[in-house]
Amino acid sequence: MNGIEVANWQPQYLRHPPSKEGNTLGTDYLLQIKNVSKEYSGNRVLKNVNINIKAGEIHGLVGENGAGKSTLMNILFGMEVIHSTGGFEGDIIIDGNVANPKTPKESMELGIGMVHQEFMLIPGFSIAENIKLNREITKDNLFSRILGPKMKTLNFKKMGEDSRQALDKLGMSIDEWLPVAGLPIGYMQFVEIAREIDKENLKILVFDEPTAVLAEAEADKFLKVVRKLADLGIAILFISHRLDEIIEITDNITVLRDGEVVSSLITKDADVHKIAELMVGRKIENTNTAKDMKQEDEEKDYILELKNLYVDMPGEMVKGLNLKVRRGEILGIGGLGGQGKIGVANGIMGLYPTRGEILRDGTPLPLNQPKKVLDSGVAFVTEDRRGVGLLLDDSIEHNIAISALQIKEKFIKNIASFKIMNNKEVKEHALNMIKELDIRCTGPKQLTRRLSGGNQQKVCIARALTLDPDIILVSEPTRGIDVGAKKIVLDLLVKLNRELGMTVIITSSELAELRSVSDRIAIIFEGKLEGVLSPNDSDVNYGLMMAGEYVKEEVS
Amino acid sequence: MDNHLQIEEIKVKKQTNVERIMGFIVPIVFIVLCAVGYYLSELPFIFVLNEVIIRLGRNSFLVISLIIPVIAGMGLNFGIVLGAMAGQMALIFITNYSLEGAGGLLIAILVSTPVAIVFGYLVGRVLNKAKGKEMITSMILGFFSNGLYQLIFLLFAGTIIPFKKEGLLLSTGMGLRNSVDLAGVRYAMDDIIKIRPYPGLTVPVFTLVVIVLLCLTLTFFLKTKLGQEMRTVGQNMHIAQVAGINVDRTRIIAIIISTVLAAWGQIIFLQNIGTLNTYGSHEQVGLFAVASLLIGGASVTKATYRQALMGTFMFHMLFIISPMAGQNLMNDSQIGEFFRVFVAYGVIGLALLLHAWQRRGKK
Repeated sequence: MNGIEVANWQPQYLRHPPSKEGNTLGTDYLLQIKNVSKEYSGNRVLKNVNINIKAGEIHGLVGENGAGKSTLMNILFGMEVIHSTGGFEGDIIIDGNVANPKTPKESMELGIGMVHQEFMLIPGFSIAENIKLNREITKDNLFSRILGPKMKTLNFKKMGEDSRQALDKLGMSIDEWLPVAGLPIGYMQFVEIAREIDKENLKILVFDEPTAVLAEAEADKFLKVVRKLADLGIAILFISHRLDEIIEITDNITVLRDGEVVSSLITKDADVHKIAELMVGRKIENTNTAKDMKQEDEEKDYILELKNLYVDMPGEMVKGLNLKVRRGEILGIGGLGGQGKIGVANGIMGLYPTRGEILRDGTPLPLNQPKKVLDSGVAFVTEDRRGVGLLLDDSIEHNIAISALQIKEKFIKNIASFKIMNNKEVKEHALNMIKELDIRCTGPKQLTRRLSGGNQQKVCIARALTLDPDIILVSEPTRGIDVGAKKIVLDLLVKLNRELGMTVIITSSELAELRSVSDRIAIIFEGKLEGVLSPNDSDVNYGLMMAGEYVKEEVS
Repeated sequence: MDNHLQIEEIKVKKQTNVERIMGFIVPIVFIVLCAVGYYLSELPFIFVLNEVIIRLGRNSFLVISLIIPVIAGMGLNFGIVLGAMAGQMALIFITNYSLEGAGGLLIAILVSTPVAIVFGYLVGRVLNKAKGKEMITSMILGFFSNGLYQLIFLLFAGTIIPFKKEGLLLSTGMGLRNSVDLAGVRYAMDDIIKIRPYPGLTVPVFTLVVIVLLCLTLTFFLKTKLGQEMRTVGQNMHIAQVAGINVDRTRIIAIIISTVLAAWGQIIFLQNIGTLNTYGSHEQVGLFAVASLLIGGASVTKATYRQALMGTFMFHMLFIISPMAGQNLMNDSQIGEFFRVFVAYGVIGLALLLHAWQRRGKK
């Protein structure tokens, strides 16, 4: 018994160094996030998070997608999504007082401001109106005296003056009455900041991926402004995937992984490598060590080549991707959310407007025509299983047969020139698939809605297999299914690859999962290929690539 | 930071001339239609002018009642049918108690207001549950409430609800007659100030003044805090929520205002007509008001009182001239009628289609 305790023992200060400090000098901190935990329907997304920020400090917050950054910000901002799902545990302490905001309004009154990743600006309004949104300066009139303050007239002159002041603080000479629609993105960002600093009681300002949308010159300008704001005594929480920026601007850094604070460090002691390593970590043991990455020039047999591919998928844009897929390999596609990895498979299938060139065995594949792609032997298992992947209110057998029925005219018999579905064949095939893929169900007639996530995924795969593809694209195969089912689905993909020689392209947000099954892993950053890694490459390399720092490092 | 940010740097998207004309395409088409129709109908100018002024006074109020929900992002409120019902209930009420003249009309307006507020609140609650599908929901709500309305006045009138005025009920003693004579309040509002500047031309000055006042109030309202909140909610509900605006409440208020204005509008409409078609007067109110507004160049997301007045003018101009134009062109006045009905519904379809295209274009 003692042995276990000793093995897990760690000095207290090593586990949460700043929080210990924070307990003793509690009042020094402007913002304390204390033991905050949050659960979404049984799924723990935050576990005992502790972060402390002083006035005038710029505090960096980094982590992979799904590490819990957004949830933490939603808690801080009192968003409805938190409180409609049962609230959170722990405390938000501002100036030594427990605050725990329940609405965005309360949080605003507490002096928390936020510059959102997606701008919270009304395009049809002028800059001044946006800066003063819901904090308009009003004056009395006859009607407001009778009908209450809501009928007060807006004082546009005063609103303009205030906005002017806020813009001047940021060094912007732009006319405050220009409409926001049509402004360059960098300007919109500054309008957002102007809105926040116009709030008189602003104490804490949160930036959520502020430079993701900015060009380099704009970003430099922006970082200077952030520094200036911190010097005014505002505490700043800075969330970014650009690690060099974090290093450049912050005083302290907190790294989140899987909802836990894995490290809190002082920026002076940190470097990009260290943060990248902490961010990615190793979640499950790599079972794939036997494989070595084959050399690039070793074989030239490419089954699929993507040349300068552009996919206009909202939120997952692919911008000029070049990638070659070898025959018979398992290729993983990884990267952070929003960088375009999901767009790749959707683009190949032609589900979103696509430009560029896709070569299948050296011959070009028509773009934007899903049927042609399916005809050529490429099958797709979508990331949106319940949305577009399955006919939820239809039986397993129909779900398995439907694509092949449409594309390959399988399971069809002709009776007096009417095409009729051959129910017997469909059922036999479904039973076969149920047995082979081990789909747990009451029978082929069961509705897919009633199946568990893992079994639904197997039905999706079964349908793709019914098309007899030689390339199978699988997007987020393990999203939202439990650990046991994950392993079965992944093993199945490996089996397809080994035994049937199918080329498998897996897109996944879970790097560990990719590393456990893939032969090679392509990392997508900002819609382009950042690099291809072997599953055994170091965490640092993965971290750097996902943050888009890899190429820069090599150059310098 | 240096001060080198220049306004010139801002690339405000420049509208080309073609785009600008396309923005006004609907009113332009209708101006042409009106001009051609007027020429073909060979009707005397004074007659047409007189008719159009009367109809402007009659209908403008109803059309303007649609504007606020559009600004609050709720689309075209077909639910003004419920407001019209509230107005009709009040008119039946004053007829039953034989209240007459301008005083009677004022009482009708006072009675209709609380009823319309309740209706508006209920519609608002429902529409908050159907965000993004307000138009079809409000239209179906209109049909649904029509059933309730018929239940009340066909079945409950005379049995549960006592009526004292003779001749209001059907001979069986149950249910209201198909038409109610509003002789007591006929022209009660128009006649307060009415001038005849030219033979054959009658101008209901007072009614027109009331409409102008409504337009001014609307302009004022949009400059108040509540008006700004409605514009914010109309542009983006999520951002409004994050900015701390109570979105649901704002939307309900918008619908209440619209419903109350519609109730008053229907009273103004019926005092000019002089008879109430108990089971029919309210039915087309939503559709005609919406068509008028759209003809004026409004869209599902943008509407001003200028468009409302302009649209009402042109829509009713077509009403007046199309039978005669059809008669002169095809020897059949029905053809003109068909054409007008086709236009009324067609313009609604076109406006919704244009809206859908614009939205797709934005993506």
